[in-house]
Amino acid sequence: MDDKSLLSNPEILRELIMDHYQYPHNHALVKDGRYLSRHMSSESCIDDITVQAKITDGVIDDIRFDGVACTISTASTSIMTDLLAGKTLAEAREIVDNYFSMIDGKEYDDDLLGEAVAMKNVYKQANRIKCATIGWNAIKQLMSESEEAA
Amino acid sequence: MLDVEKIRADFPMIRNHPELVYFDNGATTFKPQAVIDAVVHFYEYGTSNVHRGDYALSAEADKLYDGTRDIIGEFLNCRPDEVVFTANDTASLNQIVYGLSRTVLKDGGTVLTTEAEHASNLLPWYRLAEERNVKIEYIPTDAVGLISMDDARKAMHDGVKVISVAHVSNVLGTVQPVKELAALAHEYGALIVVDGAQSVPHRKTDVKDLDVDLLAFSSHKMCGPDGVGVLYGKHELLEQMDPLLLGGGMNARFNACGEVTLKHAPEKFEAGTPNIEGVIGLGVAAKYLMSIGMDNIEEYERSLRAYFVSKAKELENIEIYNPDNETGPLAFNGKGVFAQDAAGYLASQGIAVRSGNHCAKILHEIIGTDQTIRASLYFYNTKEEADRCIEAMKGISIENAIGIFF
Repeated sequence: MDDKSLLSNPEILRELIMDHYQYPHNHALVKDGRYLSRHMSSESCIDDITVQAKITDGVIDDIRFDGVACTISTASTSIMTDLLAGKTLAEAREIVDNYFSMIDGKEYDDDLLGEAVAMKNVYKQANRIKCATIGWNAIKQLMSESEEAA
Repeated sequence: MLDVEKIRADFPMIRNHPELVYFDNGATTFKPQAVIDAVVHFYEYGTSNVHRGDYALSAEADKLYDGTRDIIGEFLNCRPDEVVFTANDTASLNQIVYGLSRTVLKDGGTVLTTEAEHASNLLPWYRLAEERNVKIEYIPTDAVGLISMDDARKAMHDGVKVISVAHVSNVLGTVQPVKELAALAHEYGALIVVDGAQSVPHRKTDVKDLDVDLLAFSSHKMCGPDGVGVLYGKHELLEQMDPLLLGGGMNARFNACGEVTLKHAPEKFEAGTPNIEGVIGLGVAAKYLMSIGMDNIEEYERSLRAYFVSKAKELENIEIYNPDNETGPLAFNGKGVFAQDAAGYLASQGIAVRSGNHCAKILHEIIGTDQTIRASLYFYNTKEEADRCIEAMKGISIENAIGIFF
């Protein structure tokens, strides 16, 4: 099976979320002035995470996060840190836009989203959309911040 | 004991959602048909403003609106002119804090409260502490947020002007010894403020017997409409307090020099057009509860909770934080499962509960966890619903919490 057929198998997607939840990637913050940082917490849910990104010359070198959050928040953010690292801001923005389209239940290009397609059904549970977007909203803000600073 | 099947037939929400187990009554409650009819009837037959018109409809609106003070007076055992209508429990508490900031706390002083309080009984005090020479001190509590009178006595001192506590805490359902706390406050010449949001809907509240000075609660948590709260205050205290809101309907006269004469309590606290149909609906809700009997409601909820807890205790995957409380919600977690994940799974099984810190954000210092699931019952819930919730709770696991997305 190729990657794409793997990523359409619900069992695999379930495992992916489980794995990213139990062993989140890039799950430690650094004390490094070159990183931009965004603390995200919402009053309507319990998630409380911080996302850091090192963006140099329009390229996202590294993304990290930490905090207390549910399966969907943790896994969606963990997947994001893998997916966007090494991308230019333009590439990252396209991925992020596609991700939000998927979460809104609209048309999206799954070729761009890799493991993030594990979140494709979250739009069916309106109360969890915040969970699936908390980390992604953070990186969106950090990318804008980086562009404004440039 | 009450006839729960007869009661359930009064609630359209139960009829319209036969598959739903609604255990989020701490957040809000369903409305019986009589309350809905009263609100709709006002819109269809009775619409007019209160305290203003010279025609029959307006007089009728006055009668119904002010008549609700009589009903609430009977409900709480107080005088009708001690009943102020507000927007909700939070609005009542903010009015209380503002009022006291210009009377007993005018020159500073200490407010005694607990770490188990809802935000609405802390944040208004915090702001006051920020702006004035007012100190917030906490009475120590045990693992379920209960105050012992020994600790309360130790915490009490001459600088304390106000004790402010929830009669029943919103997360753990712990019942505070309000009557004893009132006596203690009065012994020191202090006042007692009670947040009744989670107590008034569930147990008989006799303000004379408890001797509370000021009490706040919401209509929507006791089968009444949203957007209405009650502030009960001893009349002489209400007369001393200044209103938070100024405007129409609450002044007797004013002139261009800025001289304003306010009406008396309770009207002076009700600036602007009130939620007339909501207040009328609250009156019907209070009558409905009284017709069942608050003691019957409390007794039924106790036995239902005891049943629910006894079953929940048998579940190995569940940790319960307040099993020994006799009333109020059940606070629990699935072991090793984030509260929101577990609540999401329960939702997928048709069980409506709430996860989070329940607006009691410093409570974790007492129970040692940031978030819980809260299952809060009311008198229209049944043992069968408890059984369905228990069955669903058995399935709480990370795997199942993720499984709802596939």
